[in-house]
Amino acid sequence: MDDCFAVFELPRKLVIDAEDLRQRFYALSRRHHPDFHHGGPADAQAAALARSARINRAYRALRDPLGRVEHLIAVEEGREVRDASAGRPAAPRELLEEMLEVQEALEEARGDGLGPATRARLEDERQRLLARQAAEEAAILGRAPEWDAAVDGGGDRPTLLGWFKQRLAARAYLRTVIDDLTDALGEARDEHGAHRRH
Amino acid sequence: MGRIVGIDLGTTNSLVAWVDRGVPRVIPDGDGRALLPSVVAFTPGGTLVGEPARRQLARNPGQTIYSVKRFMGQGYDDVEAELRRLPWDVMPSAEVVRIKVAGREVTPPEVSAEVLRALKERAEAFFDEPVAQAVITVPAYFNDAQRQATKDAGRIAGLDVLRIVNEPTAASLAYGLERLHQGVVAVYDLGGGTFDISILRVTDGVFEVLATNGDTHLGGDDFDWALVEWLAADIRRAHGVDVTADPEALQELRLGAEAAKCRLSADTRTLLTIPFEGFTYAREIARGEVEARIAPLVGRTLGPCRQALADAGLTAPAIDHVVLVGGSTRVPLVRQRVEALFGRTPRSQLNPDEVVALGAAVQAQILAGGITDMLLLDVTPLSLGLETLGGVVSVLIPRNTTIPTMAREYFTTSVDGQVTVDLHVLQGERELARDNRSLARFDLTGVDPMPAGMPKIEVTFLIDANGILHVQAQEQRSGKAASVRVTPTYGLSEAEVARMVEDSFTHAEADVTARLTIEAQTEAATVMTHVERALRQGGALLEGDERARIEAALRALDEARRGSDRDLIRDRIMALNRATERLAAAMMDTALKAALASRRAEEILDQT
Repeated sequence: MDDCFAVFELPRKLVIDAEDLRQRFYALSRRHHPDFHHGGPADAQAAALARSARINRAYRALRDPLGRVEHLIAVEEGREVRDASAGRPAAPRELLEEMLEVQEALEEARGDGLGPATRARLEDERQRLLARQAAEEAAILGRAPEWDAAVDGGGDRPTLLGWFKQRLAARAYLRTVIDDLTDALGEARDEHGAHRRH
Repeated sequence: MGRIVGIDLGTTNSLVAWVDRGVPRVIPDGDGRALLPSVVAFTPGGTLVGEPARRQLARNPGQTIYSVKRFMGQGYDDVEAELRRLPWDVMPSAEVVRIKVAGREVTPPEVSAEVLRALKERAEAFFDEPVAQAVITVPAYFNDAQRQATKDAGRIAGLDVLRIVNEPTAASLAYGLERLHQGVVAVYDLGGGTFDISILRVTDGVFEVLATNGDTHLGGDDFDWALVEWLAADIRRAHGVDVTADPEALQELRLGAEAAKCRLSADTRTLLTIPFEGFTYAREIARGEVEARIAPLVGRTLGPCRQALADAGLTAPAIDHVVLVGGSTRVPLVRQRVEALFGRTPRSQLNPDEVVALGAAVQAQILAGGITDMLLLDVTPLSLGLETLGGVVSVLIPRNTTIPTMAREYFTTSVDGQVTVDLHVLQGERELARDNRSLARFDLTGVDPMPAGMPKIEVTFLIDANGILHVQAQEQRSGKAASVRVTPTYGLSEAEVARMVEDSFTHAEADVTARLTIEAQTEAATVMTHVERALRQGGALLEGDERARIEAALRALDEARRGSDRDLIRDRIMALNRATERLAAAMMDTALKAALASRRAEEILDQT
């Protein structure tokens, strides 16, 4: 996995000033964008194209604070992150029980149709899970400074990374259930999950 | 490096521009006109492009192609409904749209190539030197096939297309060069056939597109058709004639409706007069009547605007400037809706017809190394994905990703000894493959026979700065490059483009004088048709020896147009115009009185 932090000559830390990142992105783009290598030999043009693509990809990976955590896990573990949704995430254990209730409500809606009572119940569940998702996100971002401190002071990084992974998995699962609820409520959702990610 | 020009290849009009000592300027034709109508007529004498083609459109509807941009990179099935209202002979079931004209078949890229060639010649006449390189603009929401078709058109016209630039982004460059904006900018671009909205962050010469959205089949053409339907019903009521059944009459009505629409951008009422065979249709139209017909179409632009804002992670108050681009933004209702949506008065200091071409010239100058302090970071408008098991799309590159960009994916075989792997690449935002735009099927061939699951084929999907996809594959174990065979779903194959480049030399009018003569001859035929019709309809209005004088002028023109003396033809056209001046005015006056009388009658009826 390409280290996107390294592309911008940044340490693998999670708290990044958005404006500083943008300035680095612009400065690198000014150097490598294919528009400025137009008249050169073909291989120099191809190289500029590849460098520019790498810079753009790195900016996208780091721009969003939660995406940044996902990228950190990928580079720390040295594996590929797939942008494409590779199947449904599994339910984290602590969410299993409460999700059973939501699944029941969904089954009911599928079986008996969407009566006013079921609709109200699904809508309630959806609002609750949206709040829950927001809380997960806040919790993850809340511990970002802890990671940065661990990088500087040699703290317990593996444990923290494991925790981030768990919370991101819970968030991913919550999102699929929220999507299911949105579907069941018959609201327009015919677009890829990928766009609602950030 | 030679000169690079910027070209706006529009649905209705096209332009070519360059940067003259730091200032982008449109290159006019010999008569000083900036706009070249994107109309191509295939006549027995040869091909006509621009104003001469547009002028004979109603007389030769089956062989005159206009708004061909709407069919670029499209399949027959996509545009079948739209083609039904057009008078062309289109080959059914072909994947690429093929139109039968003058005994041969042409594709939209070949028709566009005629327009590009005319612009190329215009630039060459202006600079008095060959021009072989261009930047061409396309709607931001164009997909890969539509972009590729535009590039193909350039090649067929003998142009090396150095860059495809998005129209709203080009417009932003033109505004940016004049230092007219800084901050977050929304560019609302409603042209003849396409709609784009782009949100950009402009800071210190960097133009970063944050999000884009649009509709490549929504524009002024659709306004015109809405008016045509309404007026055709009115004509049926008033005269008992169905003008939509006659292709020539339908085109007359469309041109009349378009002209009335344009006048109503400045005036609140206008008079529409169209002389048809056997009767003259005249009525007064109020701006409100037009607005009622086009309001649903204008409304369709607002959804993409909201989506673009959401994708940029912004709300309307965060927009610092709203810029209007494209001729259809002259329509007051469009301005009102845009202003209401963004809560900000939109700007249009630069001519909305010219600003895209000016921006293309700026981009050309950047590529030539003449401007080094401006940087354009554009995005891909549509998500790129692969079809997976069960017909579901797996997204590789999400929409609004900054380009150039790349994605890598690994594939393997599912059967022992399998030597090819097929990939189906799509563009679009829907979950199921069948609801998206199929771009191409890729066959990875030359995989060494191995047990199932053993090969590891790395496939790289690269979207370049033009928004065009390139695919490369490599088998990881052997390090061998797998060869990729591409079957574009709606595009021309490489062999077809090569053949068209050859053909274009054969069909091109070698001699400019020959073409000018054909233009004059065609113009003569158009004028004669109009005059003959006027004599039949306005016979009662003729005075003294007027008929004899007009008939003599007609005979003189008829004689001249059979020869090849272009100046003589032009002189006699002017003579005929002078001979009919009084009759034309008298007929207009009669129609006007009739229209006003019928309105008064309606008002009286309304009051009772």
